[in-house]
Amino acid sequence: MSEQKAEQVVVEARGLVKYFPVYSKGVVLKKRVGFVHAVDNISFQIRKGETLALVGESGCGKTTTAKVMLDLEHPDAGQALFEGQELFSTLKKGSRAEKMAIRRKMQLVFQNPYGSLDPRMTVYDIISEPFEIHRHIPRSEWKERVYELLRIVGLEEYHAERYPHEFSGGQRQRICIARALAVDPKFIVADEPVSSLDVSIRAQILNLLVDLQKQKDLSYLYISHDLSSVRQISHRVAVMYLGEIVEEAPTDELFRKPVHPYTQALISAVPIPDPATKVQRIILPGEVPSPINPPGGCRFHPRCPYATDICSEKKPEYEKIAEDHYVACHWWKKFY
Amino acid sequence: MGEVKLGDVLLEVQGLRTYFFTEAGIVKAVDDISYYVKKGESVGLVGESGSGKTVSALSVMRIVPKPGRILQGSVKFEGEDLLLKGESEMRKMRGTKLAMIFQDPTSSLNPVFSVESQLTEIIRQHQDVTKEEARDRAKKLLEVVGIPEAEKRLSEYPHQFSGGMKQRICIARALALEPELLFGDEPTTNLDVTIQAQVLELLKKLQKDMNMSLVMITHDMGIIADMTQRVVVLYAGRVAEVSRTYDLYKRPKHPYTEALLGAVPRLDKRKVLDVIPGNIPNLIDPPSGCRYHPRCKYMTDICKEKVPTLEETEDGHLVACHHWRELTLRAEE
Repeated sequence: MSEQKAEQVVVEARGLVKYFPVYSKGVVLKKRVGFVHAVDNISFQIRKGETLALVGESGCGKTTTAKVMLDLEHPDAGQALFEGQELFSTLKKGSRAEKMAIRRKMQLVFQNPYGSLDPRMTVYDIISEPFEIHRHIPRSEWKERVYELLRIVGLEEYHAERYPHEFSGGQRQRICIARALAVDPKFIVADEPVSSLDVSIRAQILNLLVDLQKQKDLSYLYISHDLSSVRQISHRVAVMYLGEIVEEAPTDELFRKPVHPYTQALISAVPIPDPATKVQRIILPGEVPSPINPPGGCRFHPRCPYATDICSEKKPEYEKIAEDHYVACHWWKKFY
Repeated sequence: MGEVKLGDVLLEVQGLRTYFFTEAGIVKAVDDISYYVKKGESVGLVGESGSGKTVSALSVMRIVPKPGRILQGSVKFEGEDLLLKGESEMRKMRGTKLAMIFQDPTSSLNPVFSVESQLTEIIRQHQDVTKEEARDRAKKLLEVVGIPEAEKRLSEYPHQFSGGMKQRICIARALALEPELLFGDEPTTNLDVTIQAQVLELLKKLQKDMNMSLVMITHDMGIIADMTQRVVVLYAGRVAEVSRTYDLYKRPKHPYTEALLGAVPRLDKRKVLDVIPGNIPNLIDPPSGCRYHPRCKYMTDICKEKVPTLEETEDGHLVACHHWRELTLRAEE
């Protein structure tokens, strides 16, 4: 990334690593037999008002990355910077005020709006709970602020007195978004926010996220396996495979000319809702290998149609091939 | 539609009504649904949750769970009404004539039996073959659906397979007796995209090789475009539109189809997503008249009062809308 843009960077991840230990079976003596390489040396930047999408198949580590970014999982190595301030050391050593301040900058919207709202709290309690914790708004203004948040996400004032079970999935997701906005965050992680919703409701929530971003200059880390929604909502896309980012590029460029063979296969695998468009599908052989013992060299080589000897021996560099476009592949020149 | 020749039709569903009698009230899950499937044809049943797509398939298979009941209609398969058959006759038909694969392969395989016993069970249940013959057939089936090392994997249990592999086993089991009609109820929804591509290609190939009819049940307009020749669009337990797949995407006739196509994000281009306002209706107390009217932007008074009937348009669509004649709906360019 060029220097003049650096000041706009709101969120930055530097070399994040998260391994989960795996234990052998056994009741008394459990031996550690290996590690799940969930997130393996990941770096990215998100600018102000920008959406970075993290895509990949199940088990590639995208949700773990999100959790690490919010310190819901503590990383084994790496740094996360919020407007230049390092998250993990602040949370460890900082004063309470500092901790609260950095926490307020980030929020999370989950995949399942049925599991992420407390069924015994009213919508008012849910949305005002962050006020209780952060105390950034005087109590006298809470009510007005809750109503305002409800209006922003497209709900009505009278919804405040209701309980989550009275709402449909799309409405619940709106409540989750309102709760996330309650602390005026700079950065929102949206982990598959529309995956559990019906098609006609998905468009509502995606449009809402885009509108809010424009109004409030929010930065999003949008995590999804659904490439079509990624195309709509994100500015840049990072593709993950087995705990690593294999390609990162501006959205249009990535979909127009994907460079990494995995990105190519992933994009070609998505059915296009138009019978007149016939895509040549690249069918990958086999399945994603186990992240406990990931393949050596390039992790994608056992499934890659273009793999050669070097791919199984040497790990490819994560190279910059154009402005904002990075790829980890020995043969990227062949595809670019 | 003009091109249909008599005898060509394998399955014909007429005026099917399946309700669920719950404590909260009667859920009219399938409320007067009609469609047909020809031999060797693949038809898509598309709709959102609660549109009745799965329940209509379960009704054809006669496996509607309680408290659901089929109240009305006929399901003609090769000319015979399945709804008039006894349970023992139906048991003989399931697997040999009709089969179904479900969304979640994990819960549709029994965890305590080996793959071999789950595959040979259906073969030996219906055909008089020895254990060894059945085992051979099971092995061949695994090879057909692309599971490597079939011999070794026969003796393994479902938990030893990945999601995509489990779905392949389900497909193998459904195809064991070469049925004439296969229902795929969101068979790839739980799978990753690259695995979904593998399974869809497999289904396409098998359907062609076996000259089988396929009913694809899904909410994914992309899969419909890719896999089917004809589409039945369902909304809140009723048919909204039936058309050839190509025409549906180019010239939708029902406002719901138009809205649905507009709301789907696309990979090949960025666009402003159209929003369908409101929510999917509650089927205990569905809206009067046309069930789509509270969300429809072309709604007039008649839509609230009168249930629209399926009418045939000049270009061969069937559409249930009072206003299809006046409307020129926008299709994707």
